[in-house]
Amino acid sequence: MAKLPTLKDAELESALFRRRLLVGVSAMLFGIVILLLRLVFLQVLSHDHFTTLSHDNRLRVLPIPPPRGVIYSRDGVVLAENRPSFSLVAAAERSADLMKETASLGELLPIDDAERSRFEDQLKRVRRFEEVTYKADLSHQELAVFAVNSHRFPAFQIRTGLARHYPLGEAFAHAVGYVGRISERDLASIDENAYVATTHIGKSGVERARENVLHGEAGFQTVEVNAQGRILRVVDRTPPIAGNDVYLSIDVALQHEAIAALEDRDGAIVALDPNSGGVLAFVSNPAFDPNLFVGGIAKDDYQALRDSPRRPLFNRALQGQYPPGSTIKMMVALAGLETQVREPAATTWCPGWYSLPDSEHRYRDWLKDGHGHVDLKTSIARSCDVYYYALANDLGIARMHEWLRRFGFGQRTGIDVPGESQGLLPSPAWKRRQKQEAWFPGETLITGIGQGFMLATPLQLAYATSIVANGGQVRIPHLVDQIESSGAVEPIDAEVYFRPPVTLEDSSRWQVIVDAMVEVVHGDRGTARGSAHGAQFRYAGKTGTAQVVGIAQDVDPDDQELPEHLQDHGLFVAFAPVDFPSIAVAVIVENGGSGSRAAAPIARRLFDLYFSDRSVAGFAGD
Amino acid sequence: MARFHVDLPLLGAVLVVCSLGLVVLFSASDQSADTLTKQSIRMAFGLFVMLVLAQVTPQTIQRWAPGVYVIGIAMLVVVLFFGTGRSAQRWLDAGVVRFQPSEIMKLAVPLTVAAFLCEVRLPPHLRATFIALVIIGIPAALIVKQPDLGTAILVASSGFFVLFFAGVRWRFIRNASIVGLAAAPFAWFLLHDYQRQRILTLFDPTQDPLGAGYHIIQSTIAVGSGGLYGKGWLNGTQSHLEFVPERATDFIFAVYCEEFGLLGVVVLLAAYSLIILRGLVIAANAQEMFGRLIAASLVATFFVYIFVNIGMVSGQLPVVGIPLPLISYGGTSMVTIMAGFGILMSINTHRRFISSI
Repeated sequence: MAKLPTLKDAELESALFRRRLLVGVSAMLFGIVILLLRLVFLQVLSHDHFTTLSHDNRLRVLPIPPPRGVIYSRDGVVLAENRPSFSLVAAAERSADLMKETASLGELLPIDDAERSRFEDQLKRVRRFEEVTYKADLSHQELAVFAVNSHRFPAFQIRTGLARHYPLGEAFAHAVGYVGRISERDLASIDENAYVATTHIGKSGVERARENVLHGEAGFQTVEVNAQGRILRVVDRTPPIAGNDVYLSIDVALQHEAIAALEDRDGAIVALDPNSGGVLAFVSNPAFDPNLFVGGIAKDDYQALRDSPRRPLFNRALQGQYPPGSTIKMMVALAGLETQVREPAATTWCPGWYSLPDSEHRYRDWLKDGHGHVDLKTSIARSCDVYYYALANDLGIARMHEWLRRFGFGQRTGIDVPGESQGLLPSPAWKRRQKQEAWFPGETLITGIGQGFMLATPLQLAYATSIVANGGQVRIPHLVDQIESSGAVEPIDAEVYFRPPVTLEDSSRWQVIVDAMVEVVHGDRGTARGSAHGAQFRYAGKTGTAQVVGIAQDVDPDDQELPEHLQDHGLFVAFAPVDFPSIAVAVIVENGGSGSRAAAPIARRLFDLYFSDRSVAGFAGD
Repeated sequence: MARFHVDLPLLGAVLVVCSLGLVVLFSASDQSADTLTKQSIRMAFGLFVMLVLAQVTPQTIQRWAPGVYVIGIAMLVVVLFFGTGRSAQRWLDAGVVRFQPSEIMKLAVPLTVAAFLCEVRLPPHLRATFIALVIIGIPAALIVKQPDLGTAILVASSGFFVLFFAGVRWRFIRNASIVGLAAAPFAWFLLHDYQRQRILTLFDPTQDPLGAGYHIIQSTIAVGSGGLYGKGWLNGTQSHLEFVPERATDFIFAVYCEEFGLLGVVVLLAAYSLIILRGLVIAANAQEMFGRLIAASLVATFFVYIFVNIGMVSGQLPVVGIPLPLISYGGTSMVTIMAGFGILMSINTHRRFISSI
């Protein structure tokens, strides 16, 4: 037993211990209560909050891109579709030595240095199981090369997606447009939530104009992930809603015929259905392959397109501004009739030139020796300039401006693709504003023959011609005819394309100018008399020739580098058949010489095709 | 000695907690039979140690305590120079088994302090108190140096509890507390960076949600999202998707809370309370001062385990490496705790019918 301690008081010590034990018990009880209160707070009072956090932790919502709507022509040919695209991706965790694999893959499927450093950078930033794209949009050959060697590259796998493809390539580049990667600028104009999964967006043409219809709605899948972010399973899936298909009013056969007829000369052709405003052909030549832009165009390719003197990226049909020349004469004539400045039978003496009363300056006719006595019909058929110098002088710029404006000059037609130019319809007010100069009487004269300041796009010319063809009815030109929505194709209500008509005090005056336009192609002395030879139908047209030298003074700077050889632009507007017009065209051949030689035969070719029995001929959109 | 010394109420409560532990460990280890087997073997070994110690008389334990203490100190010094371990030197490789000498001190310190105090008049006056503090301080300092703050806290507090139950004067406790608080800013500079970070993180875990705060945030989410009834056994998303760190060891309580909810927590705390109550009864009924002090100190230390671990998992205390007793996966502390219960049983069952004064 222990040595007896000095003066140990067992009773006192026991009592002390019991008191301390009581304190200890109380403290422990207090501690347990605190723990319980904390757990009640966490598990009962804050339960909902933590449940949310727990869900957020384990569930990730991943967007699924919607397939883009397909674009068809009016005859059902695919103009823009989605094609499976294959990309080669790598994940570090699948390989023991990814760098070695990448090096030997580089010999098989080389990528440039910039791409390689992007690939290696991304690999460093993501987690080991996350995939990084090595090369996007593999060709079939590249796909095959990888497939037979894939056993050597365990880290690499093929992933499929959808990429936009334009099967008809260049032919529709300026009408359908193209898609490209979403840029910073695009982001400003879209709802980013709707585009979370989308990589491409319409950049031009119908692709851009109908972006909201074509895009569709993103789908979502909810996946369960672990703390490292690896996807373990799909919990829930909301499939994407595909974009709506769009049917254009363009006729593929007509489009191809128009391109063929241009024979690779620079120019533009627009064909409209005057009854509906639907665009039947929309050609700007030269064009480019829109497929180049889908995967991100290579710098060299882009520079070649941008710097080409023929300017393939420039949409001449929509944005090209040309002096309309004589193609507006029938409208000036109509203004003369309606304002009773001219009677149809009244003649003007044409000696080959015209001078203003107080001036020595001679405004020349294209026919040096003159046309002699010219009435209205002859003035259009022969395209007599002197008649229109005199008429313009009698009308004055204000009335002429007013009437040409009714046919859409100087304003955008409102076609359903972006980027349209508005041309230029000059007036004294415009000249004061733009040039701080007074309007000279001589400028009225040359405006009367579509020269001087006046500029019009091919689309505007086709639009004005269709108004003439239609007896004043105005239809807004449009490329999109129908939009498929939820499986059903619904035609767009025709009336949305109606505009207030051009009304005449005497509507028989339409016939007067149409008869004159018929004379242009069918008459013995018409400026385009050769082009109608042998036609099975009657049509009406008007030639025009725009002096390139003249345009150099006053066009937007973009156009100045254009023609090296300064031959005239040949223009021709026409519609057919005369009695029930169903097609109106405007043709411009840059530096093609006179309209009658260069442009009129092209319109004839289009009409021939359009009125041929194509149900027999059939069509395969190659 | 014909009689087999065992305390059935204590054994029963321990077995209840062990069973709950195996159930939740199965889930926390992603249903690893291997883990479960290893843990069961440790439990069996722990129970064996417990029952062996229950057969030893308290007097024997009291006699051997200072010797064990000295050996323990020696081993701690050896560990400091030759120990192994990934980030801290805690382990001693004894050829066949590897063990942490610091675990031995969890028992040796209170036993030695108690044995010493039984030799002096109680309440201990200044000199005795000072000697007791030295007995506590040497091993605690050596363990902090490893560094193993959690174990050091447990070792130190087990010694302090003996002093407390021996009746050290309140005045002394108060003064010591004031000195301690005044020294705290200096102690701050002695802490390792990671230890400082843990304390800072406690006050604002969101300041570094993916770094040091991550453990606390994720375990709190696990606890809170368990709710009243829990997500169900094996269904804890926080745990099974690896958001909860150390989910089989120090943070196993988060798994338990997530899967069994507040209801399960109440059951577990009730089982723990049974052990504590039984220990307190043993302490209160002990015949000799040594037994009283040891029983009370062991129970209080057991409570500290629970309080610190749960406080840490539920985001109230800094993250220190203290396991949830009898439940966390891992060997040494389980055996130490069981050994402590063996001593409790020994105190309760070796009664002398004739008081020897």
